[in-house]
Amino acid sequence: MSYLPFAVAAWICLVGIAGIATSRNLIHLAICLTVTQSSSYVLLLSVGYVKHGKAPIFIGTKLGTTAVDPVVQALTLTDIVVSVVVIALILALALDAHRLSGTVDPDQITDIAG
Amino acid sequence: MSRQVRLLLLGSGLLGLGALFAWAIAGLPAFGDYQGPYGFVLNRIVLPLRHTTNVVMGTNFDVRGLDTMGEEFILYASVVGVTLLLRDETRTRLAERRTRRFRDDTVRLVGVAMVGAGLLIGLWLMAFGYITPGGGFQGGVVTAGAIVLLYLVGNHRDYRPFRNEHLLDPFEAVGAGGYVIVGLAALASGTAFLANLFGLGTPGMLRSSGSIAILNWASAIAVTVAMLLLFAEFLETYVVPLEPEDAGS
Repeated sequence: MSYLPFAVAAWICLVGIAGIATSRNLIHLAICLTVTQSSSYVLLLSVGYVKHGKAPIFIGTKLGTTAVDPVVQALTLTDIVVSVVVIALILALALDAHRLSGTVDPDQITDIAG
Repeated sequence: MSRQVRLLLLGSGLLGLGALFAWAIAGLPAFGDYQGPYGFVLNRIVLPLRHTTNVVMGTNFDVRGLDTMGEEFILYASVVGVTLLLRDETRTRLAERRTRRFRDDTVRLVGVAMVGAGLLIGLWLMAFGYITPGGGFQGGVVTAGAIVLLYLVGNHRDYRPFRNEHLLDPFEAVGAGGYVIVGLAALASGTAFLANLFGLGTPGMLRSSGSIAILNWASAIAVTVAMLLLFAEFLETYVVPLEPEDAGS
């Protein structure tokens, strides 16, 4: 069981990629990308976990208590911000695609001009 | 390429990637068997050196403060990108008038109550971000979410100030620019960029952590306003209410 969280992260990533590749809707595709990116949150938090560790917040907890890695938690925050930023841009592009071609199905958007 | 061929290609690719993941995971230390050293070191030194009880935020706004500045600016870049992508049509297109309100009083009552609760939680997450779990980014998103809820349960007139970019832009400037100014202030006082200034205070109190507290508020403002600006851009693209000052253009 000690590898389960890593396996979960890998699974979320694969499912997300499958969703992106088979997507018939640009909004759905953007959500699938978010799912794929969520795997990195699970991975980061799993990597930083210390057995029996507490949250790295030392208020009401004595300094020196075993706590999990704060670096990966900070990185997860960055990761989430990147995810928000990317999804905002993708949704804006999806809106543009819909305005230009009248559809959000990537298979139907045939002629893409630069 | 037909859909079947593509699915086959996808399947084999995913199998390969899955095998690589399995290989990688087999080489990792077991879950909970953390090798360090950064986590252990930071958990020991951030509280004594920075008087910050939330080590995650101490890491974000001090140890890797420069990265967080970059993080704030990618959010800013995203707002600019979305604005540029959506802008050309917003002023010319005539969209539906949204005057519809939720007629269901229960939904509106709960919704309005949640606006208050959301604002309170958001401000709490921001203010105590470097003491208890929370922080400027998290609080900013919750606060913006509460304000957006106002649009959903109220009508577009109640929401108008929150999608007025002339009102929002200065706040975004204060948030994003404030972060840089704190960094430059450290540089001007003869230390490194973003070095901690302003006195450390008592750990666990609002007056603690020195620069971390100010950087936390700067990013809180920047994130709240960035979220509102993003929402405003999408909103204008979808439903532009025909307001008197817009109708002529």
